Amino acid sequence: MKVRVLRQWPPGHVRTPGYLRGKVGTIERSVGTFNNPEQNAYRLTPTKNRLLRVRFQMSEVWGIKAENPDDVVEAEIYEHWLEPFNAS
Amino acid sequence: MPHDHHEPLSPSGHPYRADDDKDLSYWQVMEIAVRELLIEKGHISATQIQDQINTMDARSPANGARLVAKAWTDPAFKYALIEDAGQASRNMGFDIGPMHLIALENTEKVHNVIVCTLCSCYPRNLLGLPPDWYKSRAYRSRAVVEPRKVLSEFGLEFNQKIQIRVHDSTADMRYIVIPYQPAESEGLSEAELAKWITRDSMIGVGLPRAPA
Repeated sequence: MKVRVLRQWPPGHVRTPGYLRGKVGTIERSVGTFNNPEQNAYRLTPTKNRLLRVRFQMSEVWGIKAENPDDVVEAEIYEHWLEPFNAS
Repeated sequence: MPHDHHEPLSPSGHPYRADDDKDLSYWQVMEIAVRELLIEKGHISATQIQDQINTMDARSPANGARLVAKAWTDPAFKYALIEDAGQASRNMGFDIGPMHLIALENTEKVHNVIVCTLCSCYPRNLLGLPPDWYKSRAYRSRAVVEPRKVLSEFGLEFNQKIQIRVHDSTADMRYIVIPYQPAESEGLSEAELAKWITRDSMIGVGLPRAPA
């Protein structure tokens, strides 16, 4: 399944790396639910959010500057940072 | 007469390193204050803190090497390790605490590398403390931008047909690479194989090699 990482820049303890925001990848696996770090870091009662491993092609992340377009980077991204992506 | 600025040399001929006489940082002071308060109020003892430091220091890559050696010799264990690395490690008797672990298998077509771009997440409970370079800004930023260049600086060259997979430990999972077993090591015992498996090979910036 293809997803896009939200292109947002909220302040706070965010575990979505900047270089992946706005990028499209495929879900590699779901690794379960975890306390939302954006609340947990401030001692707020955290919601349990699904955490997904998403695979991105280097060509998607770095464009023509990619060292090798077919290499990939995988990262754990919380579900609330992802939106479905339909290439059309 | 102007003072000449020749640095004095140690008996071995190297320059002395300047003493680290800087003031404590804000957070260093905070750590000392909190630690002393916890001890004064009887929540924790200095011995308990030292015991925990010693426990951390005692963990070494040898633990991970035993795990990989078993995976190399026991296909059922390798399957279990890839399915649920945390559980497989606990079943082997390793105390990895609440760590959520994923094992990534290198094959003829895929080479895995681990980084934490946001901080320095590392499977400490299995491999011990991370090397300094792992925490450096250079490694953390370059590993996702130009992994092949970084790997070449560690002495590893891969042709374009082999896919490099960089794993960024961004949240709650920790990673260990199961390196590709060298043909020369086929048939060795689990204990002998464990000596081939280096720390760097389990981060993905090295390959297993015959013990010196």
